[in-house]
Amino acid sequence: MNKTNFLIVSAFSLTTFAAAAAEIDVTVQNTTHAMYFTPLIIAAHAMDASIFTSGQAASSELQAMAEGGDISGLESLLSGTTANTISNPAPGLLIPGAAATATLSTDSANQYLSLSAMILPTNDGFVGLDSWKIPEEAGTYTIKINAYDAGTEANNEIVSMGSGAPGVLGIPAAPGMDAGTGGLGVTTSESNATVHIHRGNLGDDDIAGGNSDLSNTVHRWLNPVATVTVVVK
Amino acid sequence: MKYSTIKQFLLLTGVAVILSACSDNDDNNGANVNNDDAPTITSDDVVMDYQYQVTVTNLTHGQPFSPPTLIVNTGAPLWEVGQPASLALEKLAESGDSSDLLSSFDQTQATSVVSTGPLLPGNSVDLSLSISEQHTYLHLLTMLVNTNDAFSGLTNLDISELALNETTIVTLGVYDAGTEENSELAGTIPGPADSGTGFETQRDDTDKVSVHAGVVTSDDGLLQSVLTQADRFDNPAMKLTITRIK
Repeated sequence: MNKTNFLIVSAFSLTTFAAAAAEIDVTVQNTTHAMYFTPLIIAAHAMDASIFTSGQAASSELQAMAEGGDISGLESLLSGTTANTISNPAPGLLIPGAAATATLSTDSANQYLSLSAMILPTNDGFVGLDSWKIPEEAGTYTIKINAYDAGTEANNEIVSMGSGAPGVLGIPAAPGMDAGTGGLGVTTSESNATVHIHRGNLGDDDIAGGNSDLSNTVHRWLNPVATVTVVVK
Repeated sequence: MKYSTIKQFLLLTGVAVILSACSDNDDNNGANVNNDDAPTITSDDVVMDYQYQVTVTNLTHGQPFSPPTLIVNTGAPLWEVGQPASLALEKLAESGDSSDLLSSFDQTQATSVVSTGPLLPGNSVDLSLSISEQHTYLHLLTMLVNTNDAFSGLTNLDISELALNETTIVTLGVYDAGTEENSELAGTIPGPADSGTGFETQRDDTDKVSVHAGVVTSDDGLLQSVLTQADRFDNPAMKLTITRIK
């Protein structure tokens, strides 16, 4: 109702009508074959805020999310801005094929949508959406999103308890309980220290050795890895 | 109640106007910025009415890009999936050299700029071009140099609708030129993984441009490959941030 009145009162500012507060439903579906997402963080924010930017180094808060699934740092980073944030809508792990929905009431300044969650089993892979412009018009919008590498940890592909802490090398968990052991490590270095498109897990076919603890027929993916459906009400 | 809502809304709208005037271009990271390249092909006869800035970001983990080449012309695609690559495109996709592509244009119908050097993974470069009104189709190409004949880019994007200070962001995947077998053999890859031969006239692959299936690498069982797991890539490989600045 207010919107209609507003249109009559000041048609001249039609182009800025996205500045209205809005209610949106954001549904994230894990479309991978066998990869898991840790708790999601979803935020509507202003143009000068973000969770990550490709081609730039990860913040320590992003690193904590990408290496261990810990979104508390990103939460406090966003709470220092005007952002409207929802954490962990699944709740818990978002298993392959599953979807989680969050309802966000967005303040008028928050015209951009971002989200992220760590992908398991990876060293520092995450699914991400960076600053997608929330449409002005009511409707249902679908976005396919990709897997990124935070660029903060070498992708050694060794599953190791406790390695979710930032800076501790290894994959903290393989929730499908289908990873191997005894891998020697795929690599010890990471040449690209910026957030970039993940090159994928390598894996191998040796469950009790080889270079990787991951399986080359199970723990792989191709982009996109998730479908985001946004309903603007 | 209704009026106060409207009033508040108007105030916020004013803020939004200021915000949008600040441009969408905050994610230029300033790393490896080269925007002093002179256009290599220009015409004295046309009035330079419009100016565009294109920020190219290499999103791959470990594939250096050959110097990204930006062309704006009067239209016509530079490649088509399912069709053979032109000789000029073959040369770019096998060696990274875009000079044949640039000289293939009528110089009154095209404007172009080539980055001063390779674009390394995680880095960005700003390219800017001044163009006349009739040149409104944008093309950008680069080779992934640690491959046999992979390239990324876009062709024939109509930018005439882009308003002043408006930004559009495009992410792009990788194509296979189909002109050289993806052997990954030593001596066949021009990038630092091999420093092998670039362009060869012989066409020993499908002779059709396709979406690239990715590199296999020695770490994934192709024992003859000079590439490693670090050279693997998935789409998209490149981000373009296109802004009309004049």
